Parts: sequence; structure tokens; C-alpha cells
Amino acid sequence: MTARAAPAPARGVVARILPRSAVDGPGNRAVVFLQGCDFDCLYCHNPETRALCVHCGECAPACPSGALTARPAAGPERPFGLEVAWDATRCVDCGACVAACRRDSSPKAVAMSAEEVVASLGRQRAFLSGITVSGGECGLQPAFLESLLVASRAAGLPGLVDTNGSTDYAALPALVEAAEGFMLDVKAWDEDEHRALTGASNRAVIANLRFLAAAGKLYEVRTVVVPGSFDAERTVREVSRALVDSGSAARYKLIRFRPQGVRARWRGLPVPDDDTMAALAALARAEGVREVVVV
Amino acid sequence: MSASLSVITDRSLTYQQKVAALAKVGEETVRPLSIDPETQALRDAGVVCDLFEGSAPYRPRYVVPDYERFMRRGSAFLGLEPPRDIWEATTALLVLYRHVPSITTFPVYLGDLDALLEPFVRDEAEARKAIGLFLLSIDRTLNDSFCHADIGPDATTAGRLILELSREQKNAVPNLSLKYDPDRTPDDFAILAAATALEVAKPSFANHRLFASEFEAMGLGDYAIASCYNGLAKGGGSCTLVRMNLAALSPRSKGLDDFMGRVLPDAVERQLSYMDERVRFLVDESGFFESSFLVAEGLIRKERFSAMFGLVGLAECANDLASRGSSGAGRFGHDADTDALALSIVDRIASIVGSHRVGRLEANGGRYLMHAQVGIDSDRGVSPGCRVPIGEEPELVEHIIQSAPFHRYFPSGIGDVFAFEPTAKSNPRQLLDIVRGGFTHGLRYLSAYAADADVVRITGYLVKRSEIARLNSGGQSLQDTTALGRNAVNNLGVLERRLRS
Ligand code: SF4
Ligand code: SF4
Repeated sequence: MTARAAPAPARGVVARILPRSAVDGPGNRAVVFLQGCDFDCLYCHNPETRALCVHCGECAPACPSGALTARPAAGPERPFGLEVAWDATRCVDCGACVAACRRDSSPKAVAMSAEEVVASLGRQRAFLSGITVSGGECGLQPAFLESLLVASRAAGLPGLVDTNGSTDYAALPALVEAAEGFMLDVKAWDEDEHRALTGASNRAVIANLRFLAAAGKLYEVRTVVVPGSFDAERTVREVSRALVDSGSAARYKLIRFRPQGVRARWRGLPVPDDDTMAALAALARAEGVREVVVV
Repeated sequence: MSASLSVITDRSLTYQQKVAALAKVGEETVRPLSIDPETQALRDAGVVCDLFEGSAPYRPRYVVPDYERFMRRGSAFLGLEPPRDIWEATTALLVLYRHVPSITTFPVYLGDLDALLEPFVRDEAEARKAIGLFLLSIDRTLNDSFCHADIGPDATTAGRLILELSREQKNAVPNLSLKYDPDRTPDDFAILAAATALEVAKPSFANHRLFASEFEAMGLGDYAIASCYNGLAKGGGSCTLVRMNLAALSPRSKGLDDFMGRVLPDAVERQLSYMDERVRFLVDESGFFESSFLVAEGLIRKERFSAMFGLVGLAECANDLASRGSSGAGRFGHDADTDALALSIVDRIASIVGSHRVGRLEANGGRYLMHAQVGIDSDRGVSPGCRVPIGEEPELVEHIIQSAPFHRYFPSGIGDVFAFEPTAKSNPRQLLDIVRGGFTHGLRYLSAYAADADVVRITGYLVKRSEIARLNSGGQSLQDTTALGRNAVNNLGVLERRLRS
């Protein structure tokens, strides 16, 4: 047996930390949103977490409170010759910077170590069941994600991973082991439909669904229902079968599309009615899914 | 109109409520207590208040029978053998409840029901039926929300049935506490309790480790939660509860120094002397401890009785004193200096109360127990105990951390009430997390309900909104506490608590 080399201390790009949420897994959880995502979903509710900031400086003048400053900077990571710094103490959370950014990014994402993230929870810690790491897409920062799950677990806070499933988790056994469980989005079963919806293939997603379910690491699967955008019935049926086939106890959450917070051009997407949602839930139950939730 | 005639002709009172009210009128015809003029002046000013206990104490305010002993030995006076099955057990308890004295005529403590009934749970279906009828009888015959039952800290079938049936029946009575100990109470049982609380506003969560260690240290051993949230020695109780209205006291001072140095210590001494006098009459003259069969049969013992020194309106008192200081002071619950001032007031009261001994009572070495009183229905602009006023509540975790330092001073009761968004029901473990975090920070007692429940916690007791509506439309309500709840809704805005998500 050989000792595993200690992973290099990884810093993550953290978009935001919500100290306490009751809707991101069991109990109260701190939610750590990582910056950066490889899908481009029509109904994305956090478009400002999609891209890493390139420090173009365009958002700085939009800030009404002087929280953003663009200073001259050099180097390959600063192609515009600028660096945008964010002063949290002056920020009034108005959102003007995010609205001004044309690159689906935010100047407020910060690089943090796993220990810093855990320490930032402070007095909330005693009131939490654990943490949930979300995004953006947290799987794009696997080394940091693993170190965060390990540090959090050591602090008595097991971590759930909220992921779009584009990362091959079967190739990351230490990360999977460190996680309490996964919350996986399956946006569409058909690959072409998935591409139309997200701009990316879903092969990795479905492979992860089967892998995590069989490994007993799947806490929840979610599908956002947008009438007319994909075959929801087929998606729900196939996901349900995958869960039942692997004996997974994961619950299946069916989410009604809501236009609030979505990019302006997609706010007109149709919202599913109660009957549609109830029929899909009934379908999942009929397939034998243990717990089906409609929100 | 005379007091008795106005009771007799009151169309909003049930027959039972009239009988109890007439007993009070009768008691008020005698005034055997000797009260010095200065103390009487504080009573007249609403600073010192015995909360309608009556002018001639003929029974302790809070009687906490040793129901375990009753189950083991039955009662010679009542002609009851020890029960042998669930039907006999529930019937025996209902019989005894009828004979437990209090100031409302209804018992304030109904026992640690899960432990009492568990030995008789043999067939679950039969136990469910028996306990269901038992709880129904309690709600329909003990018509007062201060009737309080306890469960926990261990999980039992009886405890689970009590929770499940409470959720089904949605009754205001009994008030219910779960003695919660993270090392003993399994998560699934605690989550069932949390889910039940979010449906029917009970049980509340009592910090079992804190209560148990304190009552052990006081040499009293086993404790019970009675009435609102009062920690008391099992097999004993409290002779009286007198409260100090700090909101009414601070305006009588010239400022902080005068308050701490003169006004407060003087008022505390007067309240102590008034309590001493009530205890003296009860113990020396009323004959209660010489004549009650509960004493004769060992179900209560005089040496396990104390008395409760209550206080109310700390927030308003601290805000008043802080605002009269030099710099622009912040509000209680939001400003560290004002909170520290409030804590020093409580500390000062506790040290005076702690150095006072009453020879007649042996419990806790003759020292009275501190109690954060929840208020009475006529209070206006007086927040319960040490609570932050409704409408000014901080964020949930900040609120709990702000409140926790006060809790250690009040072994005979203090608690916070939190109202949750109805969506909280889908994640009851969230409430358990709040309870666990609170207890880690030293919180003693926590109650929760969801905003859409019919049963709501007023201050320490439960009332059904539908019953308040019935009273408002000119009808009668079975529970005497409904009228109190209606007034508190109007005067304290208890339905406007900040909603937590
Ligand atoms: S957040 Fe957007 S606009 Fe602002 S500097 Fe970064 S990339 Fe440019
Ligand atoms: S959110 Fe903060 S940083 Fe962004 S514009 Fe507003 S104040 Fe400035």
C-alpha cells in the first residue's frame, strides 16, 4: 500500500457563499457557488456565474458605491492590461456590475482556499447539517472541490455536490469518496435536445447518473420542465428507470421552469401547468422511484 | 355591577369558566397577607405583579406530581390500584389530573407521558387508540393551554404515537415539550418532533442536558417542564410566581446609575419580601401541605417546592436606559452595548435573588428560581422576559446567539418563539439544525410553528386561530386561554412575528 501524495493546496474561484439555506439538501446548509460553467442553458438562473472574469474593466464604472477599481496590470491572464478589484466592504449588492458585464461573469468572484471557505461560515456552523457546493459548475474545479469536501467534512459538515454532470466522476474516486452525495441535473435524455437546451452533449451526464446511482452516492436528480423544449416524458421515464435499475434511493425532483432571474431573451419560455407536473410525477412514481418531489 | 354578578351574567364564559372565576371572586373577599406600603405601591404601579394568583394562597401555583410514583403505587385516597394495561394507565392519569391543584383549576404538568405509558404499549394499534382517546380527553376536559406534558429524551413507541396523534388531532392542549439531548434523542425521532412542531406548533424543544445538570447541581434531581416552559423539580413545584415589569420600573429612575444602584435593588428586595409573604401564608397558615392527599401519598413533597422570581420587559427597560445615556445607543437585540447593559441588569437581579434565602423552603437551599415571564394578555409594549420585541427580531442565527447568554440565568424557564414560512415544512431537519445550534450556544428552550398553522404559540401557550375567531364572533371558547390569546394578538402583535425561511 502506498501513501497517497497530499494534493497540492488548491484555491477555488468562488462566486458567492450563502451562509444558510433550507432548500439545498437536507437540513440547513451553507451553499458555496463556484464560478464558471461549461453549459449554456436557456433557463440559466445564475448567468453571471458562467464565465471566469477576464478583467476587461467594463463593469467598474457601473458601480455606484466605488466597490470596483480597475488598475493597470500585466501578464497573460490580464489581456486587457487591467485588473479589476472588488472591495466587499463597500459593495451594496446592487447587481449593476453583473448587469454591465457582457461575458456572463462577475467581478465579485474571489479565489479562496478550502480552509478559508470553511472558516468564513463562522457562527453559522453550529446551525448547519452540512454544505452544498454548487455553481456555476463545481465539477470544473475538481482539485479544489475535493479539498473543500475534505476540509468541510473534517469540520463536521459533510458536503453535497450540486452538479451538471459534465465531469467524469468515475475518474475522481477520492472526490466521490469525500462527498456525502451528489445532486445531479439531467436536463434532457435525448442528446440533440440536450445540445439545443445547453449547448453541450449529455453523454457524460448519463454516464454519471448510472455511476453515482450504482455507487450509492446519488442524493437527488433534478429535471427542469420547460414545455416544448425537450421530451420531458421520455427524460423522466429514462431517468426513473436508471434510478430503479441501480437500486438507488435518490429522490427525483421535478422543477417547474420559472422565468424570474433568467436572461431577458428567454423570459418568455412557457411555464408548465400543474397537470403537466403531476403527470410527470405520476410517471416517475409508476416507474418505481422512491421519492418524487415537484417544486 | 358586583364582581360576582358580572361573572354570572357574562355570556362569553362557559359554565366551567364561571365557576373558576367565581372562586377567584370569593378568594378576593379575604386579604390575609401583610404587605408593606412601599411594596403595595409597586404593585399598584404594575411593577410587581402576582399574575392573578389570588389574595389568599391556598395551593401552590405550580404543582408537579411524581406521576411515576403514582403509576407504581396507585392512590389510596383515590382508591386506585397501580394500572396494569394501557386503558387503566390512561384512565388513572385522567382521574388524577382532576385532583391536581393550580390557580386555574387545571393541572400545569401532566407527566412525562412517553415514559409513563411506554410500559403499557404492547400492541401498537391498541396503544394508538388508547393514547388517542387520552389526548382527546385532555383537550376537551382540561381546557387550559398551560396544561403541559413532556416527552423524551429517549425515543419510545409511546412518544412516537403522541407525536403522530398530536399532528392528526391538531389540538391546543396539552402544551408539549421534547426534552432533547443530541446524545440520546435519535435524529429520526427529533425530526418527527420538528415536523410535528411545524404542523401543530408543538412540541417545543427543551435543552435536556442543561436542565438535567442544573437540577442535579441544585440537589433536586429529576425535573419537569410545566405550564409555559417552566423547569421545576418533579414531585414538587413552585409556591408562587411574582414578576417584575422592568419596562415599568426603568422610568422611575433618574438614569442608569440610579437604576442599578437604587431603583432596581430596592424593587427586587420588595418583590422578594412579597414572595416571602405569599410563601409564608401558603406554608404556615393555609394548611395545604398538611391536608393534601398528594403530600400524604408522597406524590409531592414540600422540600421539593421553590418559588419563582419572574421578570418581563427587559428589552424596553434596556432600550429606555440606553437611550438616556450620552452617546446614540442602539436597540436591544441589535446593539452590543445595549445587550451588555441588559445582561448586567439580569446579572444584578440574579445576584440579589441568589443571596436571598427563605427558611420555609428547602429546595435549592431556600433560594428562589429565576423565570423569564411571558407576559399577561393586558401587557402593552412590554416584551416577554428577555425577548427582542416583535417587529425588531434579528436574522434567525443572530437572534439565537443574541438571546442565548440570557438563558443560563433562568432554570425555571425562558424561551424563544420562531415563526417559519410554511415552506419550512418540507425540510423539518432544518428546524432540528436550528435547535442543535441553539443548544450548542447555550439556548435553553425553543418553540417554532409555521405561519399557516391553525394552532399558534402566543407567548408560551397555544391557541387556535379558529377559536379566537369564534370568540370574536360572540361565541364561547372551551379553553380559558383563548381569551388571553386574543388579547395578546391585539396587544403584542404575536401574529406579526418575523417569518423565517
Ligand atoms: S466582470 Fe465582466 S465586465 Fe467586469 S471585468 Fe470581469 S469580464 Fe469584464
Ligand atoms: S454589486 Fe457591489 S460591486 Fe457590483 S456594482 Fe453593485 S455595489 Fe458595485
